[in-house]
Amino acid sequence: MITLELAGVNKIYSGAYEHQVLFDINLSFESKTCSAVVGESGSGKSTLMNIMGILDTPTSGEVIIDGMAVSKMSKKQMAEVRNKTIGFVFQFHYLLPEFTVLENVLIPHLIHDKNKSKQTIDRARNLLDMVGISKLENKMTTQISGGEQQRTAIARALMNNPKIILADEPTGNLDSVTTQNVCGLFSEIKRQFGTTFIVVTHDRTVASHTDRTIEVSDGRVISDRLNKDA
Amino acid sequence: MLPLRIAIRFLKSGRGQTALIIFGIAIAVSVQIFVGLLIIGLQLSLIDSTIGNKPQITIRSSGDINTIKDWDTIISKIQEINGLKEISVTATGNALVPDGNITLPILVQGFDFQSADQIYGISDSIYKGERMKSLKQVLIGRDLAEELEADIGGKLPILTPEGGVNIFEIAGFYDLGVGSINKSWVITNLTTSQRLFGYGDRISEIIMTVDQNRLFDADKIALQVERIVGDKDIEVTNWKDQNEELLSGLEGQSISSGVIQGVVLASVVVAISSVLSITVLQKSRQLGILKAMGIADRDASLIFVFQGLIIGLIGAVVGVALGLGLLYAFNTFTASPDGGALIDLYIDYNFIIRSWVIAVASSTVAGLIPARRSLKLNPVEVIREG
Repeated sequence: MITLELAGVNKIYSGAYEHQVLFDINLSFESKTCSAVVGESGSGKSTLMNIMGILDTPTSGEVIIDGMAVSKMSKKQMAEVRNKTIGFVFQFHYLLPEFTVLENVLIPHLIHDKNKSKQTIDRARNLLDMVGISKLENKMTTQISGGEQQRTAIARALMNNPKIILADEPTGNLDSVTTQNVCGLFSEIKRQFGTTFIVVTHDRTVASHTDRTIEVSDGRVISDRLNKDA
Repeated sequence: MLPLRIAIRFLKSGRGQTALIIFGIAIAVSVQIFVGLLIIGLQLSLIDSTIGNKPQITIRSSGDINTIKDWDTIISKIQEINGLKEISVTATGNALVPDGNITLPILVQGFDFQSADQIYGISDSIYKGERMKSLKQVLIGRDLAEELEADIGGKLPILTPEGGVNIFEIAGFYDLGVGSINKSWVITNLTTSQRLFGYGDRISEIIMTVDQNRLFDADKIALQVERIVGDKDIEVTNWKDQNEELLSGLEGQSISSGVIQGVVLASVVVAISSVLSITVLQKSRQLGILKAMGIADRDASLIFVFQGLIIGLIGAVVGVALGLGLLYAFNTFTASPDGGALIDLYIDYNFIIRSWVIAVASSTVAGLIPARRSLKLNPVEVIREG
């Protein structure tokens, strides 16, 4: 079953001069798969991720998420899809430093439901347990290490049980051991929750842990292959 | 509610900045409270000394005969007027009292004692002796008593313009707080004065007070009285017509107080807006990720409105306390030459509540400007910048 589909997506930035970043991208992502989008810096992979995460809109073409065309969504609907259907993990994790680890994990839930039941808190705690930082739940996010912050961000991305997790350079700031751990965590989450993972990375090692590698260069998909070893 | 929770955390995370802005609001509100209440107190004491314990509307005859005949009919007609408090009548006449070889001019004020007492507070002003109990007794003021070296129970001969001499007994001394009154008024019963001057059952004036909260409507009420009486030989005057200079002074004070308060308020709004706008920049990372995670634009904006509301609430409470403290300090450390307070303290709760509500509302409105800025924040830019 296809969870996310891009059909003829182009992205042109217009300003002092026009600059096309993406050229006629056609991609579809099956549910419960883990795909890597690789490419050099400036290849357009981050723009692609922003469009897939409806943080940005394509100049032309269509993005279909869970059967719904993004072009037909209102701003409010887009925010709702970002909240419930997509989980984001960014290179710089973007935790809220004013909140504790547990509170950060709860925020995606609190965005759509102001009440936090015991069940909700239990779920957040289970996620922290799963990413291995349950002991840190009451720490402020500024008091934990980079790897722990990234684990918190992963737990947060999973909070609303999204169908898709978009991870932009999730290991970009991590050492090789932590990178291995995070990759292992992604496989575990995919297995447990049946989540579709799309990981944008320039790290071929990270890509090798996924089911499929899509290579982007100069805004075009130049190769799209399944990883045998994954 | 998430926006409120985030607003509180944002404020807590920038404690120094939050304290500073709350302090700013508090100072502004305290200035408003201090200046406002000081001016209200000043105005009230001015008004009180001008029209307190005095009639605020007076009906007198403007015809050839300076007395009013059907006064009880007039009273029965006007007593239903909304806003009128006390109504009394006086029979007044000029006379003289001998003082050795000279005579002193006096004004005999014949009162219906009970109702006039409500207006002038005569009973409370008697500092020696007691109120008159018979038609042959009178009250005289402090200054006259001193001039005549009179005693309680002593005799007071009164010479009327017609040449008659009537001897009265001094029942008591009063002090109504105004030298000219204390020197000239000889207070008698209404009937005594009517007989003394040969008025029959006629009177000189119908005197009235208005409700405390309608003092400044005295002219409108007087107009109503005039309309109801409907007699061209009857003249109705009110305290506002007689004190135009005082009124323009009070108005000037009110305007200057309003201007000060307006300027202070405007500076508070600008200060809060600019500080919270800086917060939008400071917290752009957080806002960006919240937007990426699907927070609605409305909720993201609410964070700043709540911040404005919270700092407004706290700042205004502190400001009111500070303002009242300043006022008490001012009242304690400044004194008039006689040792009393320079200005009587008047705590106008309505004014305080109104100032508080305006400060909180302005602070909340000030939060709308950064709230609008937050709408324009694009999460992609924040994420791209890292």
